[in-house]
Amino acid sequence: MLAIEVKELTKVYDNMIVAVDHISMHVKEGEIFGFLGPNGAGKTTSIKMLSTLLKPTEGFAKVCGFHIEKEPDKVRRCIGIVFQDPALDDQLTGKENLDFHARIYGLSKERRNKRIIEVLKLVGLEDKANELVKNYSGGMKRRLEIARGLMHYPKVLFLDEPTLGLDVQTRRAIWDYILNLNKNKGITIFLTTHYMEEAEYLSDRIAIIDNGRIIVTDTPTNLRSLVGSDVITIGCKNHKNLKAELKKKNWVEKVIHHDSFLEVYVKDGEGRIPEIVEVAKENNVNIESINLRRPNLEDVYLHYIGRMIREDTSETKKIMAQRWLRR
Amino acid sequence: MISANLQAIYVLWIRQIKRFLRAKSRLVANIVQPFFFLMFFGFGFSFIRLDGNLNYIDFLTPGIITMSVVFSSMFAGVSVIWDRQFGFLKEVLVAPVSRLTIVIGQTLGGSTLAILQGLLVLCISMILGAKVNLFGLIPALIFMVLIAFFSVSIGLIIASRLEDFQGFQLIMNLLIFPLIFLSSAFFPIQNVPDWMNIIMLANPLTYAVDGLRGFLIGTFALPIYLDFMIVVLVSLSLMLIGAFAFNRCESG
Repeated sequence: MLAIEVKELTKVYDNMIVAVDHISMHVKEGEIFGFLGPNGAGKTTSIKMLSTLLKPTEGFAKVCGFHIEKEPDKVRRCIGIVFQDPALDDQLTGKENLDFHARIYGLSKERRNKRIIEVLKLVGLEDKANELVKNYSGGMKRRLEIARGLMHYPKVLFLDEPTLGLDVQTRRAIWDYILNLNKNKGITIFLTTHYMEEAEYLSDRIAIIDNGRIIVTDTPTNLRSLVGSDVITIGCKNHKNLKAELKKKNWVEKVIHHDSFLEVYVKDGEGRIPEIVEVAKENNVNIESINLRRPNLEDVYLHYIGRMIREDTSETKKIMAQRWLRR
Repeated sequence: MISANLQAIYVLWIRQIKRFLRAKSRLVANIVQPFFFLMFFGFGFSFIRLDGNLNYIDFLTPGIITMSVVFSSMFAGVSVIWDRQFGFLKEVLVAPVSRLTIVIGQTLGGSTLAILQGLLVLCISMILGAKVNLFGLIPALIFMVLIAFFSVSIGLIIASRLEDFQGFQLIMNLLIFPLIFLSSAFFPIQNVPDWMNIIMLANPLTYAVDGLRGFLIGTFALPIYLDFMIVVLVSLSLMLIGAFAFNRCESG
């Protein structure tokens, strides 16, 4: 079964800005799905529509099999959500925030008390439970929010920029919580982010969104291979021979030479390094350094987003919005 | 389903009580302000004798109770702006409960606090020497509840229209203060210029203060059934508008 199914979902705000423009996608049960895009791409608007906080202008979506407009209460019951900005009551303690959530979701007293202890343990906040949230650090607040999102045993957890503004260690810790939830509790996770590493590290599949449109959806590995091969940089003087020899090999795609180094484009970079060293030895070339760079998601991202920004200005989008609203 | 909504109402209610008890400065301000009004105005104008040989502090007490209830419950309605700014509103709006449930919880929480404050003002006034008819307390409480519902609803309507607190200050000064001043809280309706008399009779709070004064002090300026009918009518319609206004407000 699909956890999330989206067809032609669109949101046009009153001021004619098309925030989300006919997006379609699906998220499988048990998957971590990353929604990657720059600020203002339409990520938060999409999450708001999927979590029933905003009504779509066009199109539809189903979450846990329930229609977001026709069965909003059923959708709300089966999802947990951690918003981009903290949504805690800082005049209450951590435990009181969880209790508030449990009650407003209608959990019975026994389940409530048991669950509060469980989720606090899961995010490591047991000993801060009775402290007022205003005394929490940014990372603790985010962890409490994740705990709260899990209180009512959701099937799908929405995380809107879960590590925005957090320091490196806290970010790592939150990533571990997220992976753990997915692996051990089987919770489907839909996360938005504009951090490449985050999307790459966590997601099973990634959709890149820009200007309200999904540009590409695939696994991180496939996305990387879309932009090309690994690059091996060889530092050496007197590289003319080496370049000529390498060009003869059928596994080498391209060789570019610079002043004191060569760039060799190949498919399986790690496996080819020994062979390159071998070729150098045979030709009496002294290698000073060797460096392998694999294309990362950033290259993919720039590849797509860079191109799209030039193609599509906000002015033309506005005109398009007016055009199809008139229809 | 019903029990889930009752849970939600309960937890929205208890949240307001807890927040109130923890905000120490608000607690102090809410006690000190009516105390000052009662003491300084009450004693300052003690030379005045009103119809029926009434002391000014006796006359003033229902007015200050009303003012206190109005401010406190309006604040509960307007605090939705706060929740929106600090993001907590989203947590409430995304929960599987109806908007009406949220409005009811918010209204009951604010009203409870407002009525407790109203009763506290009553105690203060008695300490300061006001002669209060305690047999009229039950009907007076009904009036206080209606005033509270009325004011929470106004607060919710304001909150659904405003983005921040700057605007709220303006509304306080341009709308709420005139509403209180022209409600016969501080001076009787009989001895004012005609134009002011017309405005006061158009002000629903006038009927609320008059009803409260009638039951607590024993002097009605207007027929009691009129007081009651107008206050019920205005409170109910404002509650409907308030619920509707809140329903329309998205998480922003």
